[in-house]
Amino acid sequence: MARVLINLPKAKRGEIVEIRTLIQHPMETGYRPKGDGTSFPRDIIRNFVCKLNGIEVFRADLFPAIAANPFIAFTIKAEEGGTMTFSWIDDRGRSQTETADFIVE
Amino acid sequence: MTERSVQPKLSRRAALVGGLALIVARPARATPEAMQDAIRDFIGSAPVRAGRVKMDIPPLVENGNSVPLAITVESPMTEGDFVKAIAVFNEKNPQPNIGVFHLGPRSGRAFVSTRIRLGDSQNITAIAQMSDGSFWSGSVELIVTLPACAEN
Repeated sequence: MARVLINLPKAKRGEIVEIRTLIQHPMETGYRPKGDGTSFPRDIIRNFVCKLNGIEVFRADLFPAIAANPFIAFTIKAEEGGTMTFSWIDDRGRSQTETADFIVE
Repeated sequence: MTERSVQPKLSRRAALVGGLALIVARPARATPEAMQDAIRDFIGSAPVRAGRVKMDIPPLVENGNSVPLAITVESPMTEGDFVKAIAVFNEKNPQPNIGVFHLGPRSGRAFVSTRIRLGDSQNITAIAQMSDGSFWSGSVELIVTLPACAEN
């Protein structure tokens, strides 16, 4: 399991807050030479989805041009609180889902 | 400005002709044309207008392995008028795509921030797809002193 940092601030109703996520992942481009003439196989997080109470609020398609340990920040308008899930899948088929409580006062 | 963009091209070509045998498994690079093709894949045949997209990225990058990039698009982000997606493209990395970010009225603001890799000094273009089907673009030219992939 990759280590993950999720910064999901408390919000007042109607407020727009910024959500920041940082995922520990090599984001191997597939172009880095190993030294024996071959390259390290590509391993990229292709897809990142954020859902609030099961409804998609943000989605990102990522490519090798995203830096290692991808940092993704986006905003949400606080209309209702609930469970926020962050899930992603990489080239090796590893998927992970993190959850956080979104508190709206 | 012209000198900077012309000079490396000449020397690269000279190196290619002169020392082809010395070049070992250098990944193919995207070109401005490849970027245009990638943009076409994203927008289809719709016209793109310049404006409304603001990119916040340092103009002089010291380390191409991790470059902070923030994009904001002018939009009210209401149910009737919002940014559906923001796609980012580059000219000279091995691949022209950087990322596609899908937003909606729940986003509140048309904003996204990430960190990217840059293989060379180049133009970065962001294209925003609006809910009414129009496309807007923003572009920045930046200089990378230590590109990603350089340590190899």
